Amino acid sequence: NKRGGRVKLQPMVMPQSEFDHAEKEGALYGKVMVHESVEFLLVQKPVSVAFGRFAVKIKGGDMALSRLTSRSNGISRPLSTAFGRFISTDTTPITIETSLPFTAHLCDPPSRSVESSTQELLDFFRTMALMRRMEIAADSLYKAKLIRGFCHLYDGQEAVAIGMEAVITKKDAIITAYRDHCIFLGRGGSLYEVFAELMGRQDGCSKGKGGSMHFYKKDSSFYGGHGIVGAQVPLGCGIAFAQKYVKEEAVTFAMYGDGAANQGQLFEALNISALWDLPSILVCENNHYGMGTAEWRAAKSPSYYKRGDYVPGLKVDGMDAFAVKQACKFAKEHALKNGPIILEMDTYRYHGHSMSDPGSTYRTRDEISGVRQERDPIERIKKLVLSHDLATEKELKDMEKEIRKEVDDAIAKAKDCSMPEPSELFTNVYVKGFGTKSFGADRKEVKAALP
Amino acid sequence: MASLLSRFCRKLALPGSAHGSRMTSTTACGSETVKSLNLYSAINQALHIALETDPRSYVFGEDVGFGGVFRCTTGLAERFGKNRVFNTPLCEQGIVGFGIGLAAMGNRAVVEIQVADYIYPAFDQIVNEAAKFRYRSGNQFNCGGLTIRAPYGAVGHGGHYHSQSPEAFFCHVPGIKVVIPRSPREAKGLLLSSIRDPNPVVFFEPKWLYRQAVEEVPEHDYMIPLSQAEIIREGSDITLVGWGAQLTVMEQACLDAEKEGISCELIDLKTLLPWDKETVEASVKKTGRLLISHEAPITGGFGAEISATILERCFLKLEAPVSRVCGLDTPFPLVFEPFYMPTKNKASSSSSLSSPSKTHIF
Repeated sequence: NKRGGRVKLQPMVMPQSEFDHAEKEGALYGKVMVHESVEFLLVQKPVSVAFGRFAVKIKGGDMALSRLTSRSNGISRPLSTAFGRFISTDTTPITIETSLPFTAHLCDPPSRSVESSTQELLDFFRTMALMRRMEIAADSLYKAKLIRGFCHLYDGQEAVAIGMEAVITKKDAIITAYRDHCIFLGRGGSLYEVFAELMGRQDGCSKGKGGSMHFYKKDSSFYGGHGIVGAQVPLGCGIAFAQKYVKEEAVTFAMYGDGAANQGQLFEALNISALWDLPSILVCENNHYGMGTAEWRAAKSPSYYKRGDYVPGLKVDGMDAFAVKQACKFAKEHALKNGPIILEMDTYRYHGHSMSDPGSTYRTRDEISGVRQERDPIERIKKLVLSHDLATEKELKDMEKEIRKEVDDAIAKAKDCSMPEPSELFTNVYVKGFGTKSFGADRKEVKAALP
Repeated sequence: MASLLSRFCRKLALPGSAHGSRMTSTTACGSETVKSLNLYSAINQALHIALETDPRSYVFGEDVGFGGVFRCTTGLAERFGKNRVFNTPLCEQGIVGFGIGLAAMGNRAVVEIQVADYIYPAFDQIVNEAAKFRYRSGNQFNCGGLTIRAPYGAVGHGGHYHSQSPEAFFCHVPGIKVVIPRSPREAKGLLLSSIRDPNPVVFFEPKWLYRQAVEEVPEHDYMIPLSQAEIIREGSDITLVGWGAQLTVMEQACLDAEKEGISCELIDLKTLLPWDKETVEASVKKTGRLLISHEAPITGGFGAEISATILERCFLKLEAPVSRVCGLDTPFPLVFEPFYMPTKNKASSSSSLSSPSKTHIF
């Protein structure tokens, strides 16, 4: 840290390939692995760590892998390409281990092995790449002054949005602060709605009246998009209260950041949720910097998952989509039975706080690029996909190209959309519009048609 | 739109600075140096002087250590140390409460609320604790050393939560003072007065002017008295009252009106609570018409208070109803900001300004 601080980022060890393993035996090893893998693919059994004498218990307890990397030798190549297409729609179950164990407070942490499938892996990759591309495109649009106002970008933190979506339904509510573009997308929003809203056009999700900070989606229970940080947490607990009444087995994820974690209203909300056993899950997206302030400067205890005191908490590697998925699943089950729980997602944002913040005055570029190299969520999934041989590099690159095109198309379409009508200035202030015209010689009088 | 453009394209010659005749209370002595500064630099200078002259003064708030998001506090932490200029966590209620406590022990606490829109969690502390402290303790305790600085007002692209003008909420609270400067020179003097004033003061700075406004600011330590309004432009046909960034808009309207032969008197209130009723009253008794303009929504805005008071005092001298050209009664909009704002065209076309020779019966 540039200021001599002690922001400690969890080191994440990427899944190692077999060829890095100390016990490898050279080409023969590789050949045998091919056969085993092919057999495995045919049989479609879930992977277990013990895999005959090729059990790869890699040091540090990382990924339990049993597959070839894409650098496999010629024998396997034709087979894998043949299977490449075949697997992409496959729901072959795969068990993946999270990068780090969970740290728990007042509860038993869930296991590190996460059930997944090939379909899910590829979906994760695609959606995260889409989110990433969307945020980068928003960056350029802002610099081109097509997006005005504020723009807070989520790149680096996509794993949190994705992992959460994987285990919840549209009845479960999510509420967050202003870094909401990707969460909106995860909730089923379309790229067109995102860009239209960012540019203030009428086809945006909030009819162009909200802007970057105020995305909402009622049919997916996404309650937005709030400017004043911390204020959304009591709101989220209120939504959870309503869900408890309705008895639909739904929960609310109230998300906030490490900066907002010091707001008093959070603790008020926690107290009430715990008192009344509300199914609320408080998710602290700890990207270690509240605007420009490092967490150790703002918080006496940066262990945000413990801040609930009597409320159980879980610390999760927020750059690992599967850890997030496992944690959210665990949290949902917990919240429905026992009441509130706090999840601290240890994550990182590459961009600055918002577009007017370069992001490098309070942290070194080395730190940013270090995290990008070691912990990038999309790279992680990519390595998993490649090492499980679910797609080739080329296919992934094609996917990325497709995504780029999709984003560009959405932007072009959004650019063509018109601005909201001037009369929209007065609608929705109250239930029945203010009615709305400014008139009179002074042009300042607003005649309201009161209900 | 044109008005919006004109707002942006001006590097201002501010109202009052170019005019010779004014009832101003400060003038730089011939020997003192002046420097061309913008608003945030002037405030920075004021804070430097305040901390220098009083060893028991502190500046704190979110991100003030590195200079603040608007650079108003640059250099303070380096010069005065981390014990006097420090960052706080993100908790406005806590920050203001903390400031009240410090002030109660006889220190001068200069609290920065990052943006006025965030001041609401601290509203309880300001209204219930700060404003009433001296009163309810029978003068045993007071938090006069408290000054709360917050950037307020529209900035062109602020949206809902970076553009609000909450001055009206605080003007309703006896026990605190509300001060709003219009230019760098005023800001420095007013801020020093506010910090040294033995009452808690809420000091709103027009954030739009932080860079846009440039003025010759004396480098020495000077104070501008609070609760004294200033007539920055003399006239005889109509009185215009405003504060903060809105004055620049009003001056444009005045210039337009001059072309039609209407002579406008422009008054800067400077302190909204307690406000200088005498100056405005004397002016309205002279001209017979009043127009008030502010960015905050019209219903319940401070213009209503001015209007009611002037009506009481000058009823027989008024030739037309008091006119208020203010923001509309909607939440501060995002894309609709140009429609919402009280622009110079709205002011110019208001009935009082466009045809003062006729008596209007509404």
